[in-house]
Amino acid sequence: MADMETVDATGLSCPQPALMTKQAISRQKSGLLEVLVDTSTSRDNVVRIAQNAGWSVTVEERAGGFRVVLKK
Amino acid sequence: MTLLSRFFTSRWGVIATGASVGILAPLLVKAGNPGNMGICVACFSRDIAGALGLHRAAVVQYIRPEIIGLVLGALIAALIFGEFKPRTGSAPVLRFLLGMFAVIGALVFLGCPWRAYLRLGGGDWNAILGIVGLVAGVSLGTVFLRMGYSLGRNRPAPAALGWLMPFLMIGLLVLLLVEPELGRDADGNPTGPIFFSDTGPGSQHAALVLALLVGLGIGVLAQRSRFCTIAGLRDFVLMRDTHLLSGIIALIAAAFVTNAALGQFQGGFEGQPVAHTEHVWNFAGMVLAGLAFTLAGGCPGRQLILSGEGDGDATAFALGMIFGAGFAHTFTLASTPAGHGVYGPAAVIFGLVVCVLIGLTMREPRRV
Repeated sequence: MADMETVDATGLSCPQPALMTKQAISRQKSGLLEVLVDTSTSRDNVVRIAQNAGWSVTVEERAGGFRVVLKK
Repeated sequence: MTLLSRFFTSRWGVIATGASVGILAPLLVKAGNPGNMGICVACFSRDIAGALGLHRAAVVQYIRPEIIGLVLGALIAALIFGEFKPRTGSAPVLRFLLGMFAVIGALVFLGCPWRAYLRLGGGDWNAILGIVGLVAGVSLGTVFLRMGYSLGRNRPAPAALGWLMPFLMIGLLVLLLVEPELGRDADGNPTGPIFFSDTGPGSQHAALVLALLVGLGIGVLAQRSRFCTIAGLRDFVLMRDTHLLSGIIALIAAAFVTNAALGQFQGGFEGQPVAHTEHVWNFAGMVLAGLAFTLAGGCPGRQLILSGEGDGDATAFALGMIFGAGFAHTFTLASTPAGHGVYGPAAVIFGLVVCVLIGLTMREPRRV
């Protein structure tokens, strides 16, 4: 499997998870990206930012939060 | 449940929450709250501070049930939807300080962001200066965010910490119902606390049950939709994201229509309720408030909602607001309808310096 960049935004409050996601997707342009968050608010914000930028999104629940995988 | 959740986290959920605030707040004014102050988190924190004797400005003392309702509404929604998560550790002491400066700035303008939009929707054009200041303060905050500003990560906390704010609110509700007079002056007369205003804005309030129910309802809606009147501006400036901004627009539009329907709309600068016409300080007060709210991650309403979800850092901010409101009136920092307080301008400048220093210096420590 190709190296997947991980954005660990667990424990960070608004707007950092969304901002870190935005910065990561503008850096990476395409491929796979993994974002870790701990609240459903952060999960929803990350999903919205990614989808607005044309990335497809899958969300998995994990211990203490969510793993959002972005693909383009 | 999932469908309902999806609606509330969609743009329509945010719009529904903003519109609910815009409709219910003018109705609370009709029911007895001060003009254009159906709900104001800054003003109501100030009234609570007064009721508890943290300041002795006799005209602004009352335990506002709306604040209690917002926190408990958020708690109920968070418990039902599995989102009650006790957490803390993201620089709570700085968040307390930011809460103090945010409320001091807001009380120089005479309103939190919610009230700024409600004032605009009621025809108080002085609010335009405040909102422009708010946008400027939020924009300044986004500069620090782009530079890597962070108050650090929180951690899961024991359940007891998450219940702190809800229990404090239940305590306030008990004080509101019982009205104990604990102190005595030299002649043996009861002096409070609890202090309730006989005249002025503190004496103007809707019926307790009505105010509490409105607070509870908005608390539930805002917890589900993540409604935030600072993030609405911030996310647009930072990421061109209009999701939460639509809630602000809905709030202003709904307030305008409701005030017009109730005959409460009164356009102009002069003679507006609980407002002054000093444009510079209306602007500058909200620059400070906007910056402090942005550095803390959300508007005062959102901080109350988060505190109801178990966020101990948001609780520190909310308590900072009540404490700061006490300061604002004890040390003549808050404005009155006659204009700015004696030390209001100095407090705004000092607050801006402190907030800029916080913005420049706080970074997430490297993980070892």
